[in-house]
Amino acid sequence: MVKYVIKRLLIMIPLLLAVGIIMFTLMNFVPGDPAQLALGSGVHTQEEIELKREAMGLNRPFVVRLTEYIGNIFLHFDFGKSLTSGTEIKYELMSRFPYTFYIAVFSILLTIVVGLPLGIYTAVHANSLGDKASLFITLLFDCMPSFWTALLLVLLFSLNLRWLPSSGASTWKHFVLPVIANSLGGLAGFTRQVRASMLEVIRSDYITTARSKGLKEHAVVYNHALPNALIPILTVIGMRFGSMLGGATIVEVVFSIPGIGQYLVNAISGRDYNACTGGIIFIAFTFSVIMLLTDLLYAWVDPRIKAQYAGASKRKKVAANA
Amino acid sequence: MPEEIRNEVMERQERSHEGKGKGRHGHHRHGKPQDSVKPGSLKYVWRSVSHNKGAVIGMILLALIVVLCLLSPIICRYGYAEMNIQDWYQTPNPNHLLGTDQMGRDLLSRVLYGARYTLIIGITATAMSAVLGILLGAVAGYFGGFVDSCVMRFLDLFQAFPTLVLAMAFCAVFGTGVDKCILALGITGIPGFARLMRANILRIANMEYIEAAKTINCPTWKTILKHIIPNSISPVIVEIAMTISRNGLTSSSLSFLGLGVQAPKPEWGAMLSEARSYIRDYPHMVIVPGIFIVITVLSFNLIGDAFRDALDPTLKD
Repeated sequence: MVKYVIKRLLIMIPLLLAVGIIMFTLMNFVPGDPAQLALGSGVHTQEEIELKREAMGLNRPFVVRLTEYIGNIFLHFDFGKSLTSGTEIKYELMSRFPYTFYIAVFSILLTIVVGLPLGIYTAVHANSLGDKASLFITLLFDCMPSFWTALLLVLLFSLNLRWLPSSGASTWKHFVLPVIANSLGGLAGFTRQVRASMLEVIRSDYITTARSKGLKEHAVVYNHALPNALIPILTVIGMRFGSMLGGATIVEVVFSIPGIGQYLVNAISGRDYNACTGGIIFIAFTFSVIMLLTDLLYAWVDPRIKAQYAGASKRKKVAANA
Repeated sequence: MPEEIRNEVMERQERSHEGKGKGRHGHHRHGKPQDSVKPGSLKYVWRSVSHNKGAVIGMILLALIVVLCLLSPIICRYGYAEMNIQDWYQTPNPNHLLGTDQMGRDLLSRVLYGARYTLIIGITATAMSAVLGILLGAVAGYFGGFVDSCVMRFLDLFQAFPTLVLAMAFCAVFGTGVDKCILALGITGIPGFARLMRANILRIANMEYIEAAKTINCPTWKTILKHIIPNSISPVIVEIAMTISRNGLTSSSLSFLGLGVQAPKPEWGAMLSEARSYIRDYPHMVIVPGIFIVITVLSFNLIGDAFRDALDPTLKD
């Protein structure tokens, strides 16, 4: 198991390096002069722009700038300065990250709390009326773009019923609608995945065995079927969490929440390439870490993977004994 | 390897999604009794799909949208960009069936005209990712070894980003507009197809007919194009329908964020982005384009589900 963890961690490093290099390279070829952007709007003479370029180090060779940029990120966690506002991107990202993170965490919690029981119920009562209703509703939610859901929620709960605020991020109330809007689509998909996973297990032979030896249906479902169905679901939860982190961008924009996604959208529209590269690399890092944790959790829970890695040393021992 | 197990798990779940349509039970009823039709044959697939209620609804909805979209210059009394300032902010009425927006533009014309953006972007981007992804996956799966690990490491890079963020990153690089949106979504979708194809190829590569082709000195490119790809295409068909529907959602999201198709064009996401400011007083401007997004995405989803049921390899034996 330790071997597996180390291996996974080692794979992470070149991956993150490559992400950084590719993002920097791509952004470098985007048309538009960073020096001109940094000077702000208004007319500037050629000398002014040239001076600024020199000051920003833009005249140095590409490879030198790339090495410096990647080095700064990996050694000092420094993403440079924003072109338009001149602020340190690192601090900006750190102050915004909690909002995005909260939205993603509460979204995934909502997804699990609602989706898991619903998925189990619909699998156990497959083809019942409740199952069909749930399938219909989840299919519909799955097809609704989250920004539209968000707008409809605002329309109903903030403008008509006046229960919840429609923008801002100061109290817990501000997070209710964003979290719901961010999770509805994923929740629908998740419910169906739980159902599919559960159905597959319920139809397997050991469940028939459990039933045939006279176990109560309750015990069959919760002690035999559920733990086995949950193993693949763990991976699904990890992936959903990752995509909710990315999807939070949309609700952040709709509900004016100062998260990373909003920062990224503003950076792209304002052609602030430093902030843009920094934001994207930051999200990629977070996402990769979440995927790593998911894989590790999966390996820890799933005996097959443990066996794969335990197998090698045991086999050697057996060979030595023989 | 865990990532592969993860992909396998995802795939299996995707495949055994079954619930949404009639799934396995539906099959036995419609497909199996008429034994003369072989599972996997075109006839079988068509029969299974055309007996699937969801698929029929999906196809009708899609046909409706396509026909309305194509006929929009004839049906609509107003141009999609035609402004009538005296008619602004009208709620649905006999003159303007879906109402008008802040510049007095007819929402029906705009929504119908906008369908072509979603359809074109969704379909072209999917075609792009399908062609590139299939080739990449086929090459990786067929050659294995070093080529395989190179391709897979390259695809791992894509997996370091959430889909939407990856698409946003490409939009930032390419800029805004229909063509750039297609490019961004097309690239974003490559890994899905490549992984799917590679898994298929690995399944097929050891079959006897591939060995036979190699024995008779069939050129490599011919083996891939004539023997491997046609035999591994069925899961890809399902993936295509699903990717179109997903691309519809993502492209409208990008346009909503102002990174895809830009505002004066009647793309549904862009329309919603504009309408957002008027949600308090004129909610119809927000509701109408959203309904069309849902219908389009839903139709592709239903069709994809039906194909999944019809092509599910676990049902073939």
